[in-house]
Amino acid sequence: MFELSGKTALVTGATGGLGQAIARTLHAQGASIAISGTRAEVLQRLAEELGERVHCLPCDLSKPEEVQALVPAAEAALGSLDILVNNAGVTRDRLFLRMKDDDWQSVLDINLTAGFRLARAALKGMMKRRVGRIISITSVIGTTGNAGQGNYAASKAGLAAMSKSLAAEVGSRGITVNCVAPGFIVSPMTDALNDAQKERVLTSIPAGRFGAGGDVAACVAFLASDEASYVTGQTLHVNGGMAMI
Amino acid sequence: MSDVADRVKKIVVEHLGVEPDKVVDNANFIDDLGADSLDTVELVMAFEEEFGVEIPDDAAETIVTVGDAVRFLEKNKKS
Repeated sequence: MFELSGKTALVTGATGGLGQAIARTLHAQGASIAISGTRAEVLQRLAEELGERVHCLPCDLSKPEEVQALVPAAEAALGSLDILVNNAGVTRDRLFLRMKDDDWQSVLDINLTAGFRLARAALKGMMKRRVGRIISITSVIGTTGNAGQGNYAASKAGLAAMSKSLAAEVGSRGITVNCVAPGFIVSPMTDALNDAQKERVLTSIPAGRFGAGGDVAACVAFLASDEASYVTGQTLHVNGGMAMI
Repeated sequence: MSDVADRVKKIVVEHLGVEPDKVVDNANFIDDLGADSLDTVELVMAFEEEFGVEIPDDAAETIVTVGDAVRFLEKNKKS
């Protein structure tokens, strides 16, 4: 099940914890992968660890010309592109009254607009070959909202709505477009919480634990697989029951 | 029929799966040949590839019949 041998994938934000978990899982399922992120040395280390079938494509998604070059570079490295994982994302948390235009715009540019441009670029080859998977990593926050994250929440909700519209357009061409929405995932950010804070958060998670990168990556592997060909325009929530949507 | 017309016809037949004798000069891709709007985008992409030409969006919008495509490509083709 969920075998990805012979398939090719581009994962953005593969220098972060979640991106690395996704890259590792797709690779373990047999896919050839292109990993992208801003820190070339982190990509290189991951590539060395994984061995064959890995290409490093450093890219700064805040720069439109680099965004534009990324999918062609991935297609050149991989031969073609079957699976696009829009994972890269940033936060610039501020209370609304303190949020600068730049806090808003930079988060929208990287989280939403880059995702749009990459999907548009990847679609051409996918349409021709009548096969494709576009998977965007969103967040429970895109559905529930969160104080201090108006920009981030808007970007993630935007990705979800964009994906539904695109799914409607290209469903007849063998291309599925979905989102995976993580809840509280173990990261440097959750590590920084003290015990009392952790306890408080955990009381709101029926599963009784924070999520791991692998919990999210497994869902990405499913949506990328042939078995998920009838799943499109959906958001798969991976949050331990923290929000039931 | 010109060489361009033959190549256009071949692409249209292959892409839309229609009978070759329906692909006439005044056949409208959507109304006569059963294309949807995404098919028309894909046809333009296929013409671009076949003829080595870039078809800008505003020009693509004026290509609604087989003859429109043939005339545009005869004027602009590179290969």
